[in-house]
Amino acid sequence: MRRMAQSMSLFREYIGNYIKTKLTYRADFWVEVISDLMFSAMNLIFIFVVFRQTPALGDWSEAEVVFVYGYFMIPYGIFSTFSNLWNFSDRYITKGEMDRILTRPAGSLTQVMLENVDPPSLIGSLVGIGIMIAAWLRLDLPFHWYDPLVLIVMALGSTLVYVGLYTALAAISFFSDAPTGIVPLIYNIQNYGRYPIQIYNRTIRFLLTWLLPFAFVGVYPASFFLVGHGGRAMAWLTPVVGAIVLALGLWVWRSGVKRYRGAGS
Amino acid sequence: MLSAYLDFVRIRFLMMLAYRVNYYSGIIIYAINIGAYYFMWKAIFGDAETLGGFTVMQMTTYIAVSWMARAFYFNNLDREISNEIRDGSVAVQMTRPISYLMVKLMQGFGEGVFRLLLFMVPGMIIVKLIFPIELPADPMRWIVFFVMLWFSFLINTQLNIMTGLFAFFVENNQGLMNMKRIAIDLLSGVILPMSFFPGWARAVLSWLPFQAITYLPSSVFTGRLNGSDVWNAVLVQAIWFAVLTVPIAWMWRAARTRLFVQGG
Repeated sequence: MRRMAQSMSLFREYIGNYIKTKLTYRADFWVEVISDLMFSAMNLIFIFVVFRQTPALGDWSEAEVVFVYGYFMIPYGIFSTFSNLWNFSDRYITKGEMDRILTRPAGSLTQVMLENVDPPSLIGSLVGIGIMIAAWLRLDLPFHWYDPLVLIVMALGSTLVYVGLYTALAAISFFSDAPTGIVPLIYNIQNYGRYPIQIYNRTIRFLLTWLLPFAFVGVYPASFFLVGHGGRAMAWLTPVVGAIVLALGLWVWRSGVKRYRGAGS
Repeated sequence: MLSAYLDFVRIRFLMMLAYRVNYYSGIIIYAINIGAYYFMWKAIFGDAETLGGFTVMQMTTYIAVSWMARAFYFNNLDREISNEIRDGSVAVQMTRPISYLMVKLMQGFGEGVFRLLLFMVPGMIIVKLIFPIELPADPMRWIVFFVMLWFSFLINTQLNIMTGLFAFFVENNQGLMNMKRIAIDLLSGVILPMSFFPGWARAVLSWLPFQAITYLPSSVFTGRLNGSDVWNAVLVQAIWFAVLTVPIAWMWRAARTRLFVQGG
């Protein structure tokens, strides 16, 4: 509990510093937000253009596919804000900044995450909520009092899937300082998870469900709110899978930190 | 003079060769992306024979060849140029008796040759083994395709140079570079052939240089363009190449009077 409180106060300090540096280059903030959103805009344009040619994708309608995409944007935005570890290998291992982290009392992963916190990505989550609501209204879905609560649980579970996976991937650089090319590989596989998993063949479905569970960051939890796409059981697995993947990620990170010997320069 | 430039091609090629391991995973990544769109399009087609004038086979071929063409023409010259502008090393290069932009183009070409031989060709073979695609039988079509690919490289590189040179005029063009990359993927036809867009968008896009990068060469390759249309497509590319030299020359002249190094 005390550790949690300490992390929270660190978080406030880091955000304060973040805001101070960002105020120097104010225009950059908005440019970053816009270029983040453009990527999602491209995927949504793809969906819209494709559905001009066909009424359904498998048994998914346009609004349903958009709904799944909007859901995906929520955990993805939270993940990108707090777990911006893309340049971890370069900055902390090759350049040796990990030494500095390890001399401090706070948790190493907490520090690395806070140093790279990226609040503009949260705007993507807000846009995702907007897209979900719009699709919700178009689909005329029923609204229950517990839906917002379920959404929070699902979004957190999905976020943990991402955080756990990418923490494990970042920790690979503790074991091998040569670029392995595995992060971009996984990043591209993750694109499969944004669309209804039923369109893929069985191998890919298995991969996305049990090995690299990206389907839990899109179609499974989103199906909870959609009518007739069954599998509420799969939806409820989201927080469970999230917790397991996070535990695995933390375990890889810890064993990596133990092996860390410094850059030697 | 020419041999100096050719040396830049050679050096960049050898440099890329030294880091070739990075590109083996690149081939897998491109195969993954082609796969994602392949399944997507298969589901989109459903039971339909043709869609937007494409058969399933043509569509798969189109996706595969478009991604593989991207493996060739893609480069990071925009990032390189803007880094050199921001850290000031561009000033040193300007004093040399060779053209900075030509050097960049040649370095890009060295990378392109590397990408063609060690990325696009093996990638194409792997993709042909995995996915049902149909390669053209007519050797003439192959020749025209490679000529068009050369223009794709030139036009994409010109757009990269322009984006990179923006670093002279704005303090941070990172966002601009990201936007350019997305614009090229979306508007050049890598993820969606132009013929799927609604009429008004097609009309706008036909007046932009992006389609000359992917859509036109891939349409020739998949046999969707025939006869005089093929030569029209090549002509469109040549015209865009010529037109784009004008803003680059203008930016370069304007830039030289306002180099401003951050923290230099």
